[in-house]
Amino acid sequence: MNALISQLINLFASVILILAFAMLSQRRIVNLIHLYTWQGLAVVGSTVVVAYVTHQHHLFYSAALTFLLKVILIPYFLHRLINRLNVRWDIETLFNIPTLMIIGIILVVFAFNVALPIAKFSDTVAHGTLGIALACILLSFLMMITRAKAVPQVIGFLAMENALFLAATSATYGMPMVVELGIALDVLVGILILGVFMFQIREQFDSLDIRHLEKLKED
Amino acid sequence: MLNWLSIDVVLLVITIWLGIGVAGVIALRQFGFVARVLFPLGGMCCLALAWAALQMIGSTPETAVLPLGLPQLPFHLRLDSLAAFFLLVIGAVGAGISIFAAGYFRKGAGTPPGLLCLEYHVFLASMVLVILADDAYAFMVAWETMALSSFFLVTANHKLPEVQEAGFLYLLIAHVGAIGILLCFGVLQANSGDYTFANMRIQSLSPFWASTAFILALFGFGAKAGMLPLHVWLPEAHPAAPSPVSALMSGIMLKTAIYGLLRISFDLLHVNVWWWGGLLLALGLATALFGVVFATVQTDMKRLLAYSSIENIGLLLAGIGLALIFHAYNMSALTALALTAVLYHVVSHAFFKSLLFLGTGAVLHATGERNLGRLGGLIRYMPWVAWLMLIGVFASSGLPPFSGFVSEWLLLQSFLFTPGLPDSFLNMFIPIVAAVIALVAALAGYAMVKFFGVIFLGQPREEKLKEAHDAGLWEKIGMLWLAAWCIALGLFPNFLIRLIDSVTVSLVGAGLGRHTTESSWLFLAPSSIERASFAPLLFLLGVTIGCLVAFALVRILYHGRLRRTPPWDCGHPWQTARMQDTAEGFGQPIRQIFEPFFRMKRHLPTPMDRNPSYKVEVGDHFWHWLYLPIARLIEFLAGLVGRLQQGRISIYLLYSFLTLLFMLFLVQR
Repeated sequence: MNALISQLINLFASVILILAFAMLSQRRIVNLIHLYTWQGLAVVGSTVVVAYVTHQHHLFYSAALTFLLKVILIPYFLHRLINRLNVRWDIETLFNIPTLMIIGIILVVFAFNVALPIAKFSDTVAHGTLGIALACILLSFLMMITRAKAVPQVIGFLAMENALFLAATSATYGMPMVVELGIALDVLVGILILGVFMFQIREQFDSLDIRHLEKLKED
Repeated sequence: MLNWLSIDVVLLVITIWLGIGVAGVIALRQFGFVARVLFPLGGMCCLALAWAALQMIGSTPETAVLPLGLPQLPFHLRLDSLAAFFLLVIGAVGAGISIFAAGYFRKGAGTPPGLLCLEYHVFLASMVLVILADDAYAFMVAWETMALSSFFLVTANHKLPEVQEAGFLYLLIAHVGAIGILLCFGVLQANSGDYTFANMRIQSLSPFWASTAFILALFGFGAKAGMLPLHVWLPEAHPAAPSPVSALMSGIMLKTAIYGLLRISFDLLHVNVWWWGGLLLALGLATALFGVVFATVQTDMKRLLAYSSIENIGLLLAGIGLALIFHAYNMSALTALALTAVLYHVVSHAFFKSLLFLGTGAVLHATGERNLGRLGGLIRYMPWVAWLMLIGVFASSGLPPFSGFVSEWLLLQSFLFTPGLPDSFLNMFIPIVAAVIALVAALAGYAMVKFFGVIFLGQPREEKLKEAHDAGLWEKIGMLWLAAWCIALGLFPNFLIRLIDSVTVSLVGAGLGRHTTESSWLFLAPSSIERASFAPLLFLLGVTIGCLVAFALVRILYHGRLRRTPPWDCGHPWQTARMQDTAEGFGQPIRQIFEPFFRMKRHLPTPMDRNPSYKVEVGDHFWHWLYLPIARLIEFLAGLVGRLQQGRISIYLLYSFLTLLFMLFLVQR
């Protein structure tokens, strides 16, 4: 029974990885937010399973917190934001998606390679997912690099936070509760501030394209 | 009656100073309150500080731990004889400067008076904390506070571009020096992880690491003191600052660097290598000679004084170098003699140089001129300032019976004792050094004659100088206080030497005390009265009698008639004030003799010129050969780094991404 449930953890982790790839190649902003919500849900699922298997009660709380924050609150904010900014149906041009995918695959291989020796030392039930978590971090980072619009970049940042959370859960059964609460608050405040920034950027440049920020550079 | 320790009084004084600063900020633009109440109050605190320090010299060290600072890292303070001695200097000199400042700052442009009051008192408090600090952490915090507060004081007139440049240069060199000091402390704690001075005292370093620490300390404190080749900020920052601030910086702040050097080389480091002294001696002499030669050719009165400060710092460093040489050969009596000379010079330079800077401030206020070429004849319009400055000038030139003479005489005495050294090379070399010091002293006299003569004697070079007014009451009191000590220290040197004695005893285990008590209060005899002695009072008596007799003889035997003529007219029947000897003219022989020292640009008129003009710019070789190449190199490197800044967020993200990948790669290996 336990072995089956452990497999469930791996399943959730691979769902998160697939969602990360999907986000990397998704061009429509509203779909990106949906993907992000699903990813959050998968993180919650994997946390609950880990909590159930290992009887770590505090992980239930942190799963509840994550659910509240990443599945309800932040997507709600993001939806409101894109409505107010009127970019709901915007499409972003991305360079060559297949190339991006290949780079992503290379990153995943690299991440697994890096995580292997660390995972060996870990005796947690979810040690196999560390590589996936690391790969998700790198993929989200890659997504931030390749995006030129402000909203997708913020989503990339949030996805990276998801992956970090997954890494923490899989490697050490989560961070201490204080740290987790702190990070949750950070993310919440961060999204508010970034929202304000986006309005400011648009007011200044009449566009959310952050390439315009290059003008701010001093020569 | 509370039973207060001296260190408590000192801490109370610091607290009151900070309180005065806060009060100044609250009464930001209430000029009368800030000037007439807060500054004199600060001056009273200085006196209390001096009194507390005086009680402290010679008694057992007092310590305190302040619960300030970071957790687990409180400020350790310690008040021993050496610290108390420097606190005495700060208190006694600071009192005069604060009283002067009460009358000096004017309404008008620039930093509001309340803010100046804050910066001024924070500056004083941080200097006291530097002296008190007993761990590297407290020392560095106080040291940087000192640099920052004085930076803001220097840039009080921050609208002027040259003031901005001077402030930047000052801050830059102050920070470069601070790095040196920080690294020095890092070496001194010898990997024990404990940065208190008490721990550094018990560490024993290998000669290599001890030398490293010494060189770093020399670099760091040399940058603050104005040692060659780190002196360039000094002639820029002193003229830019308001005069009381220049007085504080030159009179006291430079001495904190001397304090640091003494603290590290005699207290914290036990290893002693003779070449440290040799190096310090050489650098000190070069600094002194360089400073005095540049002082003689300056045409800006505050720059002239700034270069004179460089010269005096050079003398102090040379004295410390000599003391280190004696110390390395365990000749404690002679070490004590050299140290006494240094500490005496610290006091006398603090008094006379602050007096001179304050005097230039009074002249600046009265005339609005700093350029010597536009001053002259002011003794008729500003007699108080002129006569008080004359005392400072005498002391500065090292004439008896003023304070400067005593210290320079002691210094020369200590150089003349070197034949006792076991090293024959040093034995031959050091008399030459004594000759250089004599040359420096003579040139300092030359510079001071120029300084006083061109400002106060002769005829006014500009019409408006005839409307110059004398200094106000506060300014007179401040200058009088300093001038009185210049005379008192010259006439009764034994009292101060008895104080210094307990300092040297605590540092090197010997002092001059025996000789000064054996010889009566009338005579100053560093070794024995047969060998060399100086009786300032008898000298003064002799000079006075000589003058009176000469005066009487001239009046009685010669015709006794009085004839009044314009001064400095050289017997020409028709002449204008512009035909008098000028500052450039007075410095010209030195410019000829020491030509390789300068980097000169002359603009000579041709005979055909309708409006002939003559101009000479005197530059500094160090600036051209050392600082500009470094600046160009840094600019080039910064340009390379600047290419990283593309301004695109994606690029910046890529940098972090690649760094992350690289780190992961490293982890994996």
